[in-house]
Amino acid sequence: MENSNKNNSVTNSSPIKDGSKVITAKELTKRFGDFTAVDKISFEVEKGEIFGFLGANGAGKTTAMRMLCGLSMPTSGSATVAGYDVYNQNELIKKNIGYMSQKFSLYEDLTIRENIKLYAGIYGLSDARIKEKTAQLLEELHMQGEEKTLVRALPLGWKQKLAFSIAIVHDPAIVFLDEPTGGVDPITRREFWTLIYQASEKGITVFVTTHYMDEAEYCNRVSIMVDGRMDALDSPANLMKTYSAKSMDDVFLQLARKAVRVE
Amino acid sequence: MRVLKFLLQKELRQIFRDKAIIRVLFIMPMIQLLILPLAADYEIKNINLGVVDHDHSEYSRKLVNKIISSGYFRLKDYSPSFEQGLHAIEKDKTDLILEIPAKFERDLVKENEATLLVAVNAINGVKAGLGGAYIQGIIQGYNQDVRMQWIQFPRINPQPTIEVTFSDWFNPNMNYRVFMVPGILVMLVTIIGSSFASNNIVREKEMGTIEQINVSPIKKWQFILGKLIPFWMLALVVLTIGFTIARVVYGIVPLGHYITIYIFASIYLLAILGLGLLLSTYAQTQQQSMLVSFFLTMIFNLLSGLFTPIESMPAWAQMITKFNPVSYFIEVMRMVVLKGSGLSDIRYHILAMLGFAIFFNSWAILNYRKRSG
Repeated sequence: MENSNKNNSVTNSSPIKDGSKVITAKELTKRFGDFTAVDKISFEVEKGEIFGFLGANGAGKTTAMRMLCGLSMPTSGSATVAGYDVYNQNELIKKNIGYMSQKFSLYEDLTIRENIKLYAGIYGLSDARIKEKTAQLLEELHMQGEEKTLVRALPLGWKQKLAFSIAIVHDPAIVFLDEPTGGVDPITRREFWTLIYQASEKGITVFVTTHYMDEAEYCNRVSIMVDGRMDALDSPANLMKTYSAKSMDDVFLQLARKAVRVE
Repeated sequence: MRVLKFLLQKELRQIFRDKAIIRVLFIMPMIQLLILPLAADYEIKNINLGVVDHDHSEYSRKLVNKIISSGYFRLKDYSPSFEQGLHAIEKDKTDLILEIPAKFERDLVKENEATLLVAVNAINGVKAGLGGAYIQGIIQGYNQDVRMQWIQFPRINPQPTIEVTFSDWFNPNMNYRVFMVPGILVMLVTIIGSSFASNNIVREKEMGTIEQINVSPIKKWQFILGKLIPFWMLALVVLTIGFTIARVVYGIVPLGHYITIYIFASIYLLAILGLGLLLSTYAQTQQQSMLVSFFLTMIFNLLSGLFTPIESMPAWAQMITKFNPVSYFIEVMRMVVLKGSGLSDIRYHILAMLGFAIFFNSWAILNYRKRSG
């Protein structure tokens, strides 16, 4: 911990250079007993990319993401995140990623400021940097004056935006977002994507799962998971061409209909 | 260390923000300490006595009076026949029947010998045993009174008597509270230690907040210490409140040093909190952790020597108490409070407790997984 205190940004320690792959997965598989949640998926994500991870409920998106974040042990295959191996360097991965889970997981009984301070502190930011970051974050979220509000009292949309901002408070190389806009109104979703773009401009690679096909079109590339397999992977425009579809909705329906697995 | 500082800050904020928890933490011990020592003690009082007096003589009345005035018995039933007296027992009106036969006074005066019948309801074994013993003692005393009245003792007592003088050490007035209050204090900090910390972690599992912690580079020991230290401090505060109540309300001042107790208590709490944290690494819901910690603390407390002396337990149960951290603390409390023992007297207890602390905490850290299988 002491080492990273000296660097304000932990990203410095990542061995990833510009234009290189920040995530590589090769035949990554996760089985729970007889059930294969993730079935030999292989893909690469480039630095700075917004990578969409699509799939129906139960297609294996969250499981795949949890393996990449070092929260779940893969059954077989290989993967590296930020240049570190998911099997034995998972704690190093954790220094270089941000994660926002599907279930809201900030502390509801702490205030906005206290949550920011806690996570900034956990990732080793200095006191001065924490102060600076808190001010910047409150401004970006238009939450000035609300810093002493308990997170519990915030509307869902605000909570989600706050959770995202805290997930990248330490300027990670990659941020993993698991259905970040679930249950959020269209306006707030727009604002949320503005935040994602801002993060992407800062060089943070964004790995995002979603159900919303309009959101899929905001991504540089999308992959579509069906029954634990990765059935398609390309830019939204190319996918529409390949499947001769008018919209991403159409592409998704064509692929997802093949699913045999029900949630 | 810096990470730990942030974790502690967070934990203390959350604890003090939860008014319900604070209330439970401070009011519960006070109420328990004010009520339990006054209500729950070993002495059996208020035994409901039924008398079946067939004699109606001066002697029988004197006997009954003597029994009632002992303070242990309450005359609840006065039946003309044994059957009716038994009926009172069946209806739970009385616990014990004393039957005085018809020719009690005459036999006593004429034959120098009389018989009495004592029938005890043994559903509550402790009450029956002690009640029977008490009444026997009183009747014996009555017997002595009668003898004294009748016989002028000769110079040399024909019946040699051995007189026993008791000298109660360490607790000269046989004050029951001095014995009980420190024990109840131990029970209290044990309950706080074992359930609060474990519930706290399991709550993070239930809320999903632990996921955000697990995906961060926090070290396992930092997380565990972050949970352990706040509750360790809280339990010591509760212990202090307890000692204050013991002093103010019951006038109990340890013969030994408070510092000796606090040194032991600090290590003891590490062990108990470690056990709580260990439970939390296995439990998935607060219900599970509550049930298991309830089960464990109940066994620990009943086998701790607080309510029943360990020495009178069967050998196998005495073995079990060796693995019961609570029994060590109860013993240390009594040694320091009543006998004034110092650190060197409790060194083996301290060593054993260090062992418990290391064992439970290492197991908890080993079993806490930031990554699921």
